Amino acid sequence: MRRWQSAGLAGLITAASAAGFARAAQPVDKGYALQAPVTEVARDITAFHDYILLPIIVLISLFVAGLLAYCVIRFNKQANPVPAKFTHNTTVEIVWTLIPVLILVGISAFSFPLLYKEDQTPAKYDMTLKVTGHQWYWSYEYADADGVALDANMLPQDEAKAAGKPYLLGTDNAVVVPVGKVVRVQITASDVLHSWSMPSFGVKMDAVPGRLNEAWFRVDKPGLYYGQCSEICGVKHAYMPIEIKAVPQAEYDAWIASQKSADAGSTNPAAAQFAAIPTSTAASAQAN
Amino acid sequence: MASTAAHLEAPAMADLTDRPSVFNPLRWLFSTNHKDIGTMYLVFAIFAGIFGGALSGMIRMELMEPGLQYFGVAGDPTAQGPWGNAHNYNVVVTMHGLIMIFFMVMPAMIGGFGNWFVPLQIGAPDMAFPRMNNISFWLLPFSFALGALSMVVPGQGADPGFGGGWVLYPPLSTSGHNGPSMDLLILSLHIAGISSILGAINFITTIFNMRAPGMTLHKMPLFVWSILVTVWLLLLSLPVLAGAITMLLTDRNFGTGFFDPAQGGDPIMYQHLFWFFGHPEVYILILPGFGIISHVVSTFSNKPVFGYLAMAYAMVAIGFIGFIVWAHHMYTVGMDVDLKAYFVAATMIIAVPTGIKIFSWIATMWGGSIDFKTPMLWAIGFIFLFTVGGVTGVVLANAGVDTVLHDTYYVVAHFHYVLSLGAVFAIFAAFYYWIPKMSGLKYSEVLGNLHFWVMFVGVNLIFFPQHFLGLQGMPRRYVDYPEAFAFFNLISSYGYFITIAGMAVFFVMLLDMFVLRRRPAGANPWGPAATTLEWTLSSPPPFHQFSELPKIEAKDHH
Repeated sequence: MRRWQSAGLAGLITAASAAGFARAAQPVDKGYALQAPVTEVARDITAFHDYILLPIIVLISLFVAGLLAYCVIRFNKQANPVPAKFTHNTTVEIVWTLIPVLILVGISAFSFPLLYKEDQTPAKYDMTLKVTGHQWYWSYEYADADGVALDANMLPQDEAKAAGKPYLLGTDNAVVVPVGKVVRVQITASDVLHSWSMPSFGVKMDAVPGRLNEAWFRVDKPGLYYGQCSEICGVKHAYMPIEIKAVPQAEYDAWIASQKSADAGSTNPAAAQFAAIPTSTAASAQAN
Repeated sequence: MASTAAHLEAPAMADLTDRPSVFNPLRWLFSTNHKDIGTMYLVFAIFAGIFGGALSGMIRMELMEPGLQYFGVAGDPTAQGPWGNAHNYNVVVTMHGLIMIFFMVMPAMIGGFGNWFVPLQIGAPDMAFPRMNNISFWLLPFSFALGALSMVVPGQGADPGFGGGWVLYPPLSTSGHNGPSMDLLILSLHIAGISSILGAINFITTIFNMRAPGMTLHKMPLFVWSILVTVWLLLLSLPVLAGAITMLLTDRNFGTGFFDPAQGGDPIMYQHLFWFFGHPEVYILILPGFGIISHVVSTFSNKPVFGYLAMAYAMVAIGFIGFIVWAHHMYTVGMDVDLKAYFVAATMIIAVPTGIKIFSWIATMWGGSIDFKTPMLWAIGFIFLFTVGGVTGVVLANAGVDTVLHDTYYVVAHFHYVLSLGAVFAIFAAFYYWIPKMSGLKYSEVLGNLHFWVMFVGVNLIFFPQHFLGLQGMPRRYVDYPEAFAFFNLISSYGYFITIAGMAVFFVMLLDMFVLRRRPAGANPWGPAATTLEWTLSSPPPFHQFSELPKIEAKDHH
């Protein structure tokens, strides 16, 4: 599997970052492409989609449309009153069997390395984040920072507006993670299925009661990133978003320390967390 | 086949007198006639289609702009809006899927056109088990009634209906819905499943034993081939669904824990069982369409089908591979990566036989003398739109990319391109192709053309923008969405209204054909390239046909 990984996405990644048409790491008005990737895996996914799959499927669709158009123009009743009678052509049948096979093999050469890269958490990960899906919010535990935990509930429309966050994406408590570090995510659920999805990270993993699923990401640059629950989970399925605030390591360390002291000094940890986390975009812009 | 046609052309006098009145309810209740049962299936499918189409209208109305318009009040998805709350929205999404699959596409394709034209095309007097055919149909209205009832009895708490998607994943379908609604839905699917299994047994027996003398398997019309493959998939996959939903039933009511981790069960096991049925099921929905399109393309190109054997065995291959790719619906459940790699490879292989079919249809048109009658428009539309749905399927087959597209509107766009624009276009192609035979009446080409073009524009407007929404990350089954997704959702909803206008043209066309003009169609309105046996009979065919079996000569192809 390791050797598959060397199969040459590197050039494409460069191409992807060089192309640089306007994208954002969250949904934008009239957006029609994948969200801007902010992890290496998401960049690979985007490159694979935009530079391999999309051109292939567009060309195939145009090719079929072109053949149909040619038939419609050239072989309609007026243009071709006497139909041909042939029913076989071995050569052309072999061609239209083998060429799709070759195209698929070509796609596989990029698909499998990406799949394995995505799936396998690097052996040296820097921290573990445990995520639990509930009806209808996410809770997070920082496994390496004994006891630091938070619940993330969606912000109501007025509060989201006040905080400058997109409604249905912003939460009251952002999940703070360090930039440039491998974060191992362990995902489970307490009641029904949920799915922890971060499009700009290239991560989507179902939260299943009784199972501990694993995913990973390494965010490139500081910022606020958003995701949404992606497995139907009941009446408020659309109302349990994910908000991740990626910050430099030092800021992350400070945040963890503040969480610990807040925990120690308060009988109401949830309220303390709420007060302690600087989650507004203004704060994050300063951090950047 | 010309040699067999002469003595079958006109219905015998005896036959005209033993055809009961249309207004005699016993003719329909006790019917053992494959054509009457086929007609009942088609009428049933039209009604179910209106119901399921209305549900999709509720979805598109809600999603027309961000915020809660109909299902809930602004900012509170649990409050009661004009059409209930967000739970009711989930119910509508769930039932739209189940109704369109089990009560619209399957009854139309298999029960309707299958019942009508399998016996006619193989030169058989009727189905092998005519009374079983009767119960196959009559189970369906009861199944539908249970499903409709499930929408109004308590589902979760006081909220009526089951709102967990057509896949019925536990724990949402077990501990997540404590009311009787889900139990009714399970029983509804049990009955629909029994109906389909009985139908499948009937078709297999008929096709294997009742072909006219000289009609070997390799001379069988492609529509019969497609139904044969389809009913085998039904026979082998439905019992697995029945087992899975029975386990849901006992988990819910009798204290078992098949899918409950607290009792040593596993929710993912349900997903494996469900998709072992569910993936063949999506081929069940489209395979009869493959057969229909072959006949329509060949007839209106005035040319025999290109690569008959490759076409038949491509369907067999698609049916077989359809059983070994199920977990590509489950790439994000936390499967082992090597297992995912296998399912990627197996899934992509399906593109090869599918490509053979697409190119063979085009090769059938190539060199032909194409007559653009209404069925041919639907068939050409089918070929292109099915290709678009097929290539997005290749994208989704790659588990690496599916990570971002799974459970987004990209998937919704993909499967509506192959089903709503694929299967449904095939159904309309079949309808216009065969309605002169079934009714003995001509339809209006003008209205048929108008129906096609309005619907072609409408459904593409609905579903093409959904690719963009999916790429941008909009999850499916969402009652409300961030502002950023507003534009393409609005376009999509406009598309729905155009589609409804197209359907209105369809009903006007029916009115024109059956009530206003009633122009006789003649035995074969399509000319010499319509070579299958149904065109040797009168229109409508005699109540009982082929009392003297037709003989298929060695020189006749299919």
